[in-house]
Amino acid sequence: MSKGKVKLIDNGLRHDGRKLDELRTIKMEVGILKSANGSALVEYGKTKVIAAVYGPREPQMKFMALPNRATIRCRYHMASFSTHERKSPAPTRREIELSKVIREALEPVILSELYPRTSIDIFIEVINADGGTRTASITAASLALADAGIPMKDLVASVAVGKVDGYLVLDIDEIEDMYGSADMPVAMAPALGRITLLQLNGVLTSEEFIQALNLAKAGIKQIYEIQKETLKRKYLTVKVED
Amino acid sequence: MSFTLFIQNREIVTPGQLLGEGKLTVATPVTIYSIDGKFFSAVVGLVNIENEKISVIPLEGYYYPKVGDVVIGVISSIGITSWEVDIRAPYPALLYASDFLNRPLNPGRDMISDYLNIGDVVLAKVEVVGRGRAPILTTKGKGFGKVSKGYLIEINPAKVPRVIGKKGSMLQLLIAECKCEITVTQNGRILVDNCPNKDLEEIVILAIRKIEREAHIPGLTDRVKEFIIKEKVRRGLLS
Repeated sequence: MSKGKVKLIDNGLRHDGRKLDELRTIKMEVGILKSANGSALVEYGKTKVIAAVYGPREPQMKFMALPNRATIRCRYHMASFSTHERKSPAPTRREIELSKVIREALEPVILSELYPRTSIDIFIEVINADGGTRTASITAASLALADAGIPMKDLVASVAVGKVDGYLVLDIDEIEDMYGSADMPVAMAPALGRITLLQLNGVLTSEEFIQALNLAKAGIKQIYEIQKETLKRKYLTVKVED
Repeated sequence: MSFTLFIQNREIVTPGQLLGEGKLTVATPVTIYSIDGKFFSAVVGLVNIENEKISVIPLEGYYYPKVGDVVIGVISSIGITSWEVDIRAPYPALLYASDFLNRPLNPGRDMISDYLNIGDVVLAKVEVVGRGRAPILTTKGKGFGKVSKGYLIEINPAKVPRVIGKKGSMLQLLIAECKCEITVTQNGRILVDNCPNKDLEEIVILAIRKIEREAHIPGLTDRVKEFIIKEKVRRGLLS
């Protein structure tokens, strides 16, 4: 380890007490917004993301309509109070890129060809950022789409794997991302066994890459189960009034 | 018949959940898709297995127009020879003035806003749904046309079959108990009209809200019946 750096892994435990292959505490809820057709709140530890889905509806601008399928629009935005220092609310280059990346992670599962000439709008707002906002956003957006009743092949779950102090760790947070040497977000449609997002920042050897991917798959499986449970819970907890 | 099912009847399923394998008949092609002879759910819904036919009834949804659907629309914009009508579908529908007036329209003399203006409510039928154009409505037929009185309720379109019930049982119950005229349309708008009194009207509205809330829990008709009787007693209509 280089001089002046924080020791992030001690005795096989991470700085927040998690094991190497342990997720943060994950909380999910659907149907939190009244005006949206579908909505979801997802928390990965301190990271907190809200997603809202509108549509299929008439496109805001006629030229956007596609003759054979629905247009999918996605906006990822970080609230100005989500970071330590105030973030300007204007969309940054990073947010524009993430909007596109998130859209492309969700597009393959949405059965958009059922609704030609319409648009499906996904709005993602990061309430609190502590690493892994794009992965939490994808998880939240796919929940919100399912909550809106939009037909899709599968839910998409997402998690990041990082390399910290030479160890591969699951679901990295902001500190681990800052001092780690690699960050690899993965999104997957688990029932189909397809990967819809794979990014890698930093360097991994080919063996490490395969290990990291397997670690991510294991994490995604856990998140997928929570997603399914969350969607069912909305209906199972409705109380019958006497 | 050779097929295997991985779910039980009346189970809540989520997108991507494996339903069954083999030679299955799918009753709802939008909410079930298949890959290599395996059938998956595409929505959050309730599974219904009946006579070797499998269907997934969505629990959330929006209205998608079909030819022959009866809908309640709200005029959203006025053209020269037609109205644009909001029917809660992804596309606004068109209602031609000549169809509504049942005579040819003279755009030089007639101002169509004299007949229907923005915000007016019409009961209509979907006549044409084309891939390349807006759905077209018609008001020809008995009972169709402008709606000038009554109470309009909006519910989730996915819950409409529950308000009607099996072979119309739920709707018959509501009409029999409250003596109101209830028009349930496919796009989730319900018109309650000609109630004997205000209390009965309120009971119908509360009962419909209850149906919407508890649509996926079995034994709904009995609970609604109990609810209506309880409300009637509370309001002093029944002792």
